[in-house]
Amino acid sequence: MTDNRKRNGVTAFLETFGTRVFRMVEDLGNLFVFLLQCLTWMFRPPSEIRNIVKQMEEVGVNSLPVVLVTATFTGMVLALQSWSGFQRFQATSFVGTVVALSITRELGPVFAGLMVSGRVGASMAAELGTMKVTEQIDALVTLATNPVKYLVVPRVVASTLVLPVLVVFADLVGVLGGYFVSVYLLGANPYVYADKTYQYLEFRDIYTGLVKAAVFGFLIALISCYNGFIAQGGAEGVGRATTKAVVASSMTVLVSDYFMTSYMF
Amino acid sequence: MIEIRGLHKRFGKNIVLDGIELVVPRGKNTVVIGGSGTGKSVLIKCVVGLLRADEGEILIDGEDATKMDERELVRIRRKFGMLFQGSALFDSMDVGENVAFSLRRLHLYPERQIRDVVEEKLAMVGLRDIQHLMPAELSGGMKKRVGLARAIAAEPEILLYDEPTTGLDPIMADVINDLIISLRELLGVTSISITHDMASAYKIADQIAMLYKGKIVEVGTPEEIRNTRNPVVSQFVEGRAEGPITAEHEEFVRFVRRSGETGTQGGR
Repeated sequence: MTDNRKRNGVTAFLETFGTRVFRMVEDLGNLFVFLLQCLTWMFRPPSEIRNIVKQMEEVGVNSLPVVLVTATFTGMVLALQSWSGFQRFQATSFVGTVVALSITRELGPVFAGLMVSGRVGASMAAELGTMKVTEQIDALVTLATNPVKYLVVPRVVASTLVLPVLVVFADLVGVLGGYFVSVYLLGANPYVYADKTYQYLEFRDIYTGLVKAAVFGFLIALISCYNGFIAQGGAEGVGRATTKAVVASSMTVLVSDYFMTSYMF
Repeated sequence: MIEIRGLHKRFGKNIVLDGIELVVPRGKNTVVIGGSGTGKSVLIKCVVGLLRADEGEILIDGEDATKMDERELVRIRRKFGMLFQGSALFDSMDVGENVAFSLRRLHLYPERQIRDVVEEKLAMVGLRDIQHLMPAELSGGMKKRVGLARAIAAEPEILLYDEPTTGLDPIMADVINDLIISLRELLGVTSISITHDMASAYKIADQIAMLYKGKIVEVGTPEEIRNTRNPVVSQFVEGRAEGPITAEHEEFVRFVRRSGETGTQGGR
């Protein structure tokens, strides 16, 4: 109580700020430990093939429609915008190039990553969070099963493998979306457009995008599972964990994207 | 046999277990009683290795579980079956898959036999023809029984019951009590139950231990506990509102209220 009296605004602020920073560092440390556990159990037999396949279906097949719609419209809007820009200096023949490069290098993986963060990240955190607060994860332990191996590893592996596949589809429909808008709505020459799309596209553009996608898949699943695993305090806690999972994994997608791009440029 | 020696566990500044000493004899049912939030669940979670003890020893058939790494713990945990308070059935699986879970994980039976083995385990808890149901379709009492069938499926030597009768109607609670007794007689398992339901404790226990303020304050047969001289234990088992347990609590409430008042005055 006497402390309270002495405390002025500045120290109170610093204290709150310090606590926040402290918690964040603690959280990061715990996440790192979780990562190590996940990696150790990933390579220990027996492998959880059946679970991995089930999760691949969950992450891949069920996210495909969302990813396809997002990618199509991204390609379409990209064509519209670059058309209106390039028209100003008579370079509309390069719209195809811009669309193809932007989609494969950047927008395909990032938008797929963000959509998967929202859809899959939320469902992983909510499912594992519910299992945590209803003691199902403890029950796994008592039934001779390591929960990280049984629950986390299949999700992380599946999501890492599936995201690049999703991005291949996203790249394809994104480029097609751009083609459709340019050729049928803006009157571009279909042969020139297709030619310009291929001409400057290198294999490197595609595979760097796919590498990014795999990293996003890994991080999204890891962060979402982690948040589910630390959920506590009933339904409210599960809600908090889910929100945190989506926010943290979306942010991680964008931040890690910058660093990967600057490294692989 | 399980021997717990000097077991300490704290969460942050909150000391939950402060030197537990308890011997759980083989083939007997030991019931740990104590108020809500006194650390009963923490105690059995330490025993099965869901929580790591800070200090002390937990000897399971002579092996100290507190010193084990994760791999050894997996081996020692195969001796255990646990019934959780909320049953903790896997809600993405049907009843059959729940009960078969450890059988499949440990490859104890070939796949074609599993259905029959599961039916047999379910029969032991008085259930049949419900393998295709999902946990959400079951009543609380049925969930507990399925949870019990799942816990005994891999034929553990030790069973842990976390508040087996809490949240059930009196009749279903007694059904569970009878099951616990019959499992002990049928399978000869050693068990630890934690509860604050005294009717259940008297009925199923061979030995009762009272947990209070992080320590075991008294151990005895149900008869000894019923006639205890210890004022703390007697208040709890008789369920009186006045006594040493609540006196301290009231003292504490008064203390908080007093310091709260001076605190607000000081603030002004």
